[in-house]
Amino acid sequence: MGELVLRALRDGALEGEQAVALTIKDIVESPFGFDVFNYFFVQLSSNILGGKSQSRGLVLVAFSRSPSFYVDLLESKGIDASSPSTWIQILDCYTDPLGWKDRLMGCGTITNHSWEASSMATVCKNVRNVDMLFSSIVELGKGTAVLFAKKVTSSFSFSFKEKVDLLFSICLWFLMLAGLVGEGKNRFSLAIDSVSELLRHASMSSVAALLSNLRSHDKVSSAFWLLHSDLHESRPVAVLEYMSSMVASLEPIMRQTEGQKGGSDSQSLRENNPWKGKFHARIKRRNGKVRLMCEEFYVEQSGIRFSSASAEVGIFNQGLLPKVQFNLQLSEKERTDRANVVLPFEHQGDGKAIQIYDGRRSPLEGNNHTAPASSEKLQTSDSLGKGEIIYFRDSDDEMPDSDEDPDNDLDI
Amino acid sequence: MERSPNLLDEALGFNHQLSASSLRGRAVFIEDCLETSGSFVLHHLIKHFLSLHSSAGVVFVAFAQPLSHYERILRKLGCNLLTQRNNNRFFFIDMLNLDCADGETSEGELAALYGKIQKAVEAIEATGNNGNSISVMIDDISLMEVAANGSSHHVLDFLHYCYTLTSEFGCSVIALNHEDICSNTENSRLTLQMEYMADILIKAEPLATGLASDVHGQLTVLEKGFSDGQTSSRGKVHKFQFKVKENGADYFYPGTSV
Repeated sequence: MGELVLRALRDGALEGEQAVALTIKDIVESPFGFDVFNYFFVQLSSNILGGKSQSRGLVLVAFSRSPSFYVDLLESKGIDASSPSTWIQILDCYTDPLGWKDRLMGCGTITNHSWEASSMATVCKNVRNVDMLFSSIVELGKGTAVLFAKKVTSSFSFSFKEKVDLLFSICLWFLMLAGLVGEGKNRFSLAIDSVSELLRHASMSSVAALLSNLRSHDKVSSAFWLLHSDLHESRPVAVLEYMSSMVASLEPIMRQTEGQKGGSDSQSLRENNPWKGKFHARIKRRNGKVRLMCEEFYVEQSGIRFSSASAEVGIFNQGLLPKVQFNLQLSEKERTDRANVVLPFEHQGDGKAIQIYDGRRSPLEGNNHTAPASSEKLQTSDSLGKGEIIYFRDSDDEMPDSDEDPDNDLDI
Repeated sequence: MERSPNLLDEALGFNHQLSASSLRGRAVFIEDCLETSGSFVLHHLIKHFLSLHSSAGVVFVAFAQPLSHYERILRKLGCNLLTQRNNNRFFFIDMLNLDCADGETSEGELAALYGKIQKAVEAIEATGNNGNSISVMIDDISLMEVAANGSSHHVLDFLHYCYTLTSEFGCSVIALNHEDICSNTENSRLTLQMEYMADILIKAEPLATGLASDVHGQLTVLEKGFSDGQTSSRGKVHKFQFKVKENGADYFYPGTSV
């Protein structure tokens, strides 16, 4: 199921369509949203580098971790993020989001220390200015496209010496002339490691406008972001879910009830099932249908892992099954028993005539019949698994059903 | 001074053979409540950092108690804070008198406080410490919020900036918070936000059975961390009980107290 979501991010959007958007939502009882975010970040990066993705670059807006963290993360997974012709650009909203350090350095209180000065990170010193965030993201996205185009042309200039590279380069050159490859057509993906942090600094309406504008931008292929849903009111969470084509929710294996005390019980839940939980995905398809899926996830030292057996809840357009504490599903035995129940007023497919028991026949007469297939007091079959409906009329004076039978459509 | 590690030391991965703390680059948040104070954990950590090696240091931001209070307690633990302060290994920032009139003032004051903290960290680093054994401790976040005129938003901004010290200098950031002081949803979100931010969460709670003379409470150490493919210390939960004494605290598993 994680693969399904990743594929949607990788394939991106069709021409004229809004970018694919994924909201990763977690709660403090199952605080592994960041692990899921890292999972998609690494996988999408790998696809981008491998040329398997619609997008040619990735812009990461980092609020909760430093750019060096993500560079180290990619390198630990064997993905090179530090080469000069980089495909990834990081908007650093972590180091100095409010400009405090900038002002303190101006006063001489502190010194400039270990700031990200690499070619792939741009420091943002005012995350409250959402318009500036938008323009920065778009410019960085264009930057990944320019760098990709440069990478293409540089590979062209160095490849004349070998036959295969020469043919490849000539093909690319013609494609660029046709406008299918190059700065104009390259799209980028967007990742925001904490929309919750962004919502602390900017209003809900401005954040919604930012994300909507980014999704509508023709250079954005796909976007995904992390939201800690219990840090916000229900309205911002709902707004982000509405704006997303996919919503991935993380829950603990056993969700606490509303009556339980929040603090210590959330802790005990983490202790009982600390490093696994449920991963629910709601995916809106292009045809309007909604697909719901549920898997289990396990958090390991190397990252997060999704269980291979996924249970598809079902494809339907309406709301979800209510989340209650009792079981609404049938067990296998219950399904079998239900299937074995012989319903009255129905053909049983055995070729015998249907006889309706109207409650007037005496029990002795009933015993003389060999196969009252549709009687209300059914004979039990030799099979132990056959169901049975037993009905006793209240009295012989009870009138049978009137002619105005609402069940006239039954095949009697 | 060599001493046998206790359960809390083991839970935090302390190895007295090493010069660098296992908490380097990590955010540790301590949660306590009215029935069970978690201050003893803070005192234990002060002693841990100051006993590491000669260039380790602590930057302590105090909203709750004056220096004399901590000096008296740490002396009983075998640590002289005044000597450490004179050696530029212990920086005490007294914030007891901070009182912000409005939100704008609180942001400015907290930004200035952050400046003082980074300046102190740079001073300790200049003595030869490579940052692996510097700890920034805050006692406590609830009172900081009061001093900031109830602005939990600015407190979170401040905590974020302190968190950047973990990546820039390799410091540890340790803060104490009273989780039961939540007058409204905004305050409870401060606690939640800190839980999300924490790499290690230490929770001091009373016993479910009530008060006891031999057991003062239970401690849960949850190592959340994050997975970057390199660290291998996440995923551990330690739970044990404790009894606070004059010269420290005893830690033991349920039913094994002496």
